[in-house]
Amino acid sequence: MSNFPAATYIVSGIFILCLGTLATGALIAVLSTRLIRSVCGLAICCLGLAGMYYFLRSPFLALMEILIYIGAVCVTIVFAVMLAEPDEAAESRQHGILWGTVAVGVAGAIFWGLWQLGTRVTWAVPQFRANSGSVEDIGKSLLTTYSLAFEMISLALLVAILGALAIARTGRTKS
Amino acid sequence: MNPIYDRLVIYLPAAALLLAIGVFGLLRRRTLIGMLISGELIFSAASLNFMAFNRFTAPDPVVGQVFVLFIMGLAAAEVAIALSIILAVYRNYRSVNTKDLSELNG
Repeated sequence: MSNFPAATYIVSGIFILCLGTLATGALIAVLSTRLIRSVCGLAICCLGLAGMYYFLRSPFLALMEILIYIGAVCVTIVFAVMLAEPDEAAESRQHGILWGTVAVGVAGAIFWGLWQLGTRVTWAVPQFRANSGSVEDIGKSLLTTYSLAFEMISLALLVAILGALAIARTGRTKS
Repeated sequence: MNPIYDRLVIYLPAAALLLAIGVFGLLRRRTLIGMLISGELIFSAASLNFMAFNRFTAPDPVVGQVFVLFIMGLAAAEVAIALSIILAVYRNYRSVNTKDLSELNG
């Protein structure tokens, strides 16, 4: 760490801020009734997630997270919200409470189990690192080891775009 | 002791929390777009878990980053397909509430 006074505490504070952004955004995304606010919550959550990627020493993925999720996915969902007016109707109170309790129970069980699993096991630390994981190393392995997978992902994206166009086009009449 | 941002046991509960919130939303939401957003949260939880293990336990730090990049690409493709299906459903049913889409319900 650098010689800046209390640098560790400042960085820890920024990390906690990222963690809070992640949790708050996710909660907004699932709890708000208006779907447009839910999309905004997803964007906030992705911002926090980008910060987490930065702390995990991958600024490349932090930028990609902002670019793909906030820039592409959230904007696409906003377009769909504009085209389909999908606001949720109010449901009966008793049914809502029952179903909400079930959902909270399932989610709490998943969280508790994974938390116990993650904290109780001692994870092995590797003896050596093959490389530093920089953008240069990512680029090299994308064009050598993972070149076939890289081409396949671009093919999958192309097919997905064509399929989306074909599906969304049916039912439109020529005016 | 490492600082708080340099410990694996901080990132794993964060990913577990994200997964739990995503599953909660998937069970609780009653429109297709809301369920799609919850699905994106679950994708993000998986990516965060991959990156945490990649940073702390993997001998080759490139593998996890490449994998998460592929997850993001597939998530983008999935969103494009799902939204076009949702638009087609909306055009046919005038609704995206899951309760109205029950023609196969006997």
